[in-house]
Amino acid sequence: MKARAFEYAKATSLQDAFDAFARASGDCCYLAGGQSLIPSLSLRLQAPSLLIDISGIGDMRGVGIVDGMLRIGALTRHAEMLTSPEIARHAPLLRLAAPHVAHPAIRNKGTIGGTIALADPAAEFPAVVLALDAELEIAGPGGRRRTKADGFFKGLYETGLEPGEILTAILVRPFDKRDRCAFDELARRRGDYAIVGAGVQGRFHAEQVEALRIAFLSVGPAPVRARNAESAVRGRTLSPAVIADAQATLHLDLDPAEDAQTSRATRLHLARVLLGRLLGKLAREARNEGGRA
Amino acid sequence: MSGRVPVSMSVDGRTVDALVEPRTSLGDFLRNDLGLTGTHLGCEMGVCGACLVLLDGQAIHSCLMYAVQANGRAVETVEGLTERRAIADIQKAFHERNALQCGFCTPGMLVTAYELLSHGGAPSRAEIRDALSGNYCRCTGYEAIVDAVDQTAKERQKQAGCPQDGRAAAPGGTKDNAA
Amino acid sequence: MTGALSSLDRPNTYIGRSVSRPNAKRLLAGRGRYVTDLQLPRMLHAAFVRSPYAHANIRSIDASQAAAMTGVHLIATGVDLAKLCKPWVGTLDHFAGMKSSPQLPLAVGKVVWAGQPVVAVVAETRALAEDAAELVAVEFEEIDPVTDVDAARAPGATLINPELGGNVAFHTRIESGKVDEAFRGAAAVVEETLLFGRHTAVTLEPRAIIADYDPSEERLTVHHGTQTPYQFQDIYSRHYGLREARVRVVAPDIGGSFGMKLHVYHEDMAVVGLSMLLGRPVKFVADRLEAFVSDIHARDHRVTARIAVAADGTIRGMEADDVTAIGPYSTYPRTSVVEGNQVVRLIGAPYRFRDYRADLNVVFQNKVQTSQYRAVGHPIACAVTETLVDRAARKLGIDPFEIRRRNIITQDMYPYTSPTGYTFERLSHEACLDKLHALMDYPRLRLEQEALRKQGIHRGIGIAMFVEITNPSPAFYGVGGARISAQDGAIVKITPSGEVHCLISVGEHGQGTETIVGQIVADGLGVDHGAVRVFTGDTDVTPHGGANWACRGAGIGGETALQASRTLKRNILSVAAAILQARPDDLDLRNGEIVDAATGSARLSLGEIARIAYFRSDTLPGGVSPQLTASHHYTPKGFPFAFTNGVQACHVEVDVETGFIKILKVWVVEDCGRIINPMLVEEQVRGGVVQGLGAAFFEECLYSENGQLQNGSLADYLVPMACEMPDIEIAHVETPTQDTELGAKGCGEAGTAAASAAAINAVNDAISPLGASISQIPMTPQRLLRALGHA
Repeated sequence: MKARAFEYAKATSLQDAFDAFARASGDCCYLAGGQSLIPSLSLRLQAPSLLIDISGIGDMRGVGIVDGMLRIGALTRHAEMLTSPEIARHAPLLRLAAPHVAHPAIRNKGTIGGTIALADPAAEFPAVVLALDAELEIAGPGGRRRTKADGFFKGLYETGLEPGEILTAILVRPFDKRDRCAFDELARRRGDYAIVGAGVQGRFHAEQVEALRIAFLSVGPAPVRARNAESAVRGRTLSPAVIADAQATLHLDLDPAEDAQTSRATRLHLARVLLGRLLGKLAREARNEGGRA
Repeated sequence: MSGRVPVSMSVDGRTVDALVEPRTSLGDFLRNDLGLTGTHLGCEMGVCGACLVLLDGQAIHSCLMYAVQANGRAVETVEGLTERRAIADIQKAFHERNALQCGFCTPGMLVTAYELLSHGGAPSRAEIRDALSGNYCRCTGYEAIVDAVDQTAKERQKQAGCPQDGRAAAPGGTKDNAA
Repeated sequence: MTGALSSLDRPNTYIGRSVSRPNAKRLLAGRGRYVTDLQLPRMLHAAFVRSPYAHANIRSIDASQAAAMTGVHLIATGVDLAKLCKPWVGTLDHFAGMKSSPQLPLAVGKVVWAGQPVVAVVAETRALAEDAAELVAVEFEEIDPVTDVDAARAPGATLINPELGGNVAFHTRIESGKVDEAFRGAAAVVEETLLFGRHTAVTLEPRAIIADYDPSEERLTVHHGTQTPYQFQDIYSRHYGLREARVRVVAPDIGGSFGMKLHVYHEDMAVVGLSMLLGRPVKFVADRLEAFVSDIHARDHRVTARIAVAADGTIRGMEADDVTAIGPYSTYPRTSVVEGNQVVRLIGAPYRFRDYRADLNVVFQNKVQTSQYRAVGHPIACAVTETLVDRAARKLGIDPFEIRRRNIITQDMYPYTSPTGYTFERLSHEACLDKLHALMDYPRLRLEQEALRKQGIHRGIGIAMFVEITNPSPAFYGVGGARISAQDGAIVKITPSGEVHCLISVGEHGQGTETIVGQIVADGLGVDHGAVRVFTGDTDVTPHGGANWACRGAGIGGETALQASRTLKRNILSVAAAILQARPDDLDLRNGEIVDAATGSARLSLGEIARIAYFRSDTLPGGVSPQLTASHHYTPKGFPFAFTNGVQACHVEVDVETGFIKILKVWVVEDCGRIINPMLVEEQVRGGVVQGLGAAFFEECLYSENGQLQNGSLADYLVPMACEMPDIEIAHVETPTQDTELGAKGCGEAGTAAASAAAINAVNDAISPLGASISQIPMTPQRLLRALGHA
């Protein structure tokens, strides 16, 4: 399990990275945390002729409020989701999801930008940025652009990144006191890729849902929003009947595949159970805190 | 084909200058080039935890990093931690509790334990198990390892003169409910 | 740790003490020396081109591009190595009628499983060897793969080994008593088909070997991560035509073995040939992907079984039909039949019914070979028996403890011979059951279960009794013609300053063999434990023996060490007597000092005796010739096996909406005879239980219909990890075997033997009120949900 030979270039700036990309003659990959890319190279599933190490680009680091939005540098490591006070305050859904991302040592090295750019359908953060209605900041040889997380995940490992482009930051509208969120997943073992997982975040007016976003992982070729379920709860109080309505719509949005361990029907069943539990949790919180308010 | 490139890093407190193929993992470099065979390779894809080392003080998989990426960084292995006696108490607890059998996972377990305990406090048994969740051991069944880490944490608290952390006695911390 | 034995107050009494392992300190410091760590001068590395197909003819091999690469030293095909290596056949004479085809290191003409090595590449680094292997072009012509045990036996099935005339490797039937009558007269009959998934050992250090052939002396040294170096010395010598005395197999530190590292592997045999062709050391370390498609797998049984019970729960008879799939060949030299054979012979073992019938069919498949892995056959026999007993109890409304109490073999019945022909010297079922009942506070758990059920929380309690085979005599392999020793040898010697070396044929893989042997020798001689150093695992140094399999280290190796040290002690006392002009019987050796046996007063140190014996023998009386080295060999001669027994309990909570199961706790009461080191016994049990829980909940080699392993990586094959495993409480009953002075039996497989059975019973106990049941392991969420009618 040794990678094929490749050349290595360490980029010190985005421009440096784009230049290296432009000069490369064969296949070329950007290397950030490497926690998914390196195994794939060791397995010889991928064999780029050049790796451009972007982990040292300062522009892609840091977590803080910029122009009213929480800007999370793409090189922010998973472990920082658990320790950063800014994340805890402004994007608690990321913090809730982070313990489910692999294991401590992977979280020490893996980056949020890397996991979103790779778009593994079983990864947590791609689904979370969908639930957060995040914007993605992308830089390329032609300049910078921003795009919504909605529409970014196009298919299996397929994203809106053009060749040579780099995801530089994730922008999140700061968590409001009217917002509630929850994340959970069903994984066979701690840190495993989940059979199914979901993040939900929404704005409440007392116990009533103003709007809620629900995003699933591991139920199709890409992370996906359960838009019909979102509609089912919009403007309503999360009563057991409303939750059941939302659960009943999931087959319209989720397209889980069959694998050697789990059937399509089971994944759908588990997605319904999971959604029921997450919405139930939000309902309890809304009820308890609504009572105090 | 790509040739060797120069790297310079600190390994166990000493500067190491070497020429490496870019495709050489840090784990292979430590083991084959530097003879630091305490770091083991069990899966070469980041799921078994046998190859953990510290990179600038944090546990990482040496199979999920190329040696060339460690240029300018500080790497510490089980050999280095042993020599500077940074894990002597953990090693003693592992020894007394027989928290190892074949020993192949042990360096990775020690690196995880070192990092966990460096945060201070007395983690509950559930927290210890969570920290160890990426370290595979086929021999022990884990309980002895959890016991040894638990014991070390409590010893360290005692040494530091701290009262026992309340969590240690909470339901999550009792042995019966550890999983 | 458990309390000391009463004799522990005399000096150097180590038997029964929880001594920490001296050699573990080295491993803790990162100073282990595993085969994977070794680098020899001029060493080269091997990689293999493997078959992508489960069954195919090889049309052509073109390695010209690879051979031209800089740094590539040799490319060898099956034909090349067949010129050096005699084929091997995995059959044993005592399995009447069993069949298997000859095997060679690399495929010749045809491949029979996906992952079979076809071409070997030797290069200066492993990475280069992999580069070159990618350039070898092999053209295959696919043949229908045989992947289903029923289709394999249907008329007109594709034959994996046409020369054998069928896909069945072995069939046997055991019949005892009047089974049909027993069933006809039963108050209740319960029948079940149980499925046991294929799983594999997943040692953290994969298989590793360095073969180093020196043509100038025609000498082969093999550094080999194996449990059985002596067996491999014999095999390398015979199959490569080398003088046995010039073949040395060294087993240094080993990163886990569990029965997986004692079989002949194609790559390992190839590496020996490659080194002979090159005259240089050649190293092969299976990477994790290679391990999954080349290490032996185990289990893969389908057992349909019935139990007949009287109205009071008395078992009247049992019947079982086991079909097991083993791969394209039977493994060498231990065969792939032993597991099935032990399944049909151990079913019902704790209970005293007499009417029993079982059929065993062992079927070839185009999958990786299966063979002996920790607890060989026991978990299956135990799960079959214990689920049937539980179901019968449920049907009759009898408590699981009670039905077992009514059926176990009782103390007045020993020695007892089972319907399958196993003779139990003495077991302790009643004591174990009683102890478990108290240990787990069974009545309290039942009350809690009832209360929680009302809140929609579904907990289950399962128990499983087991009988384990340990200390095997030559009846196990020797009688079948295998050159696998059932005896062990030890050499104990005094160093010139009075310390002790023990060289012994049983090996150390972390279970603590060196520690317990040191304890036994220190105890047997009367010296401090720290003064004893134990050496294992080098055929040039340590005496020939069986080494490590079937839980024989403590029982056979330990007895060997004890007898060797007793002999040496007699020698020492006779020298001391000559020096002191006393009678040997009046002297004793305690704490490294010769003392008056009666008063305990010190007379002479062991160091002084050694000094005189080695440097000033001229001062000894004439005729005294000190023998400060003693050797001893020991084979069990009484009972063919020393059976151990015990009982386990498992406590689980089932999430009936998701099918996820939380294992809350496991309790084990076991009886391995005399306990030499309680801490090490308990850690063997814990590790064994967790391997059994892995089988129960997580581990399974999943194959596609065309014979492709679908989860052959450590990310996809789920081994038990720390978060999901419970704490395990252990208690002991000690029934020493009277066959040996030491009285020890084995303990390494007991944990695995019953853990999955207890788990199945616990899960069924949790879900039976919902009208659901499960009879397949691993019990995955998918399977649980199916059982619960959700998916």
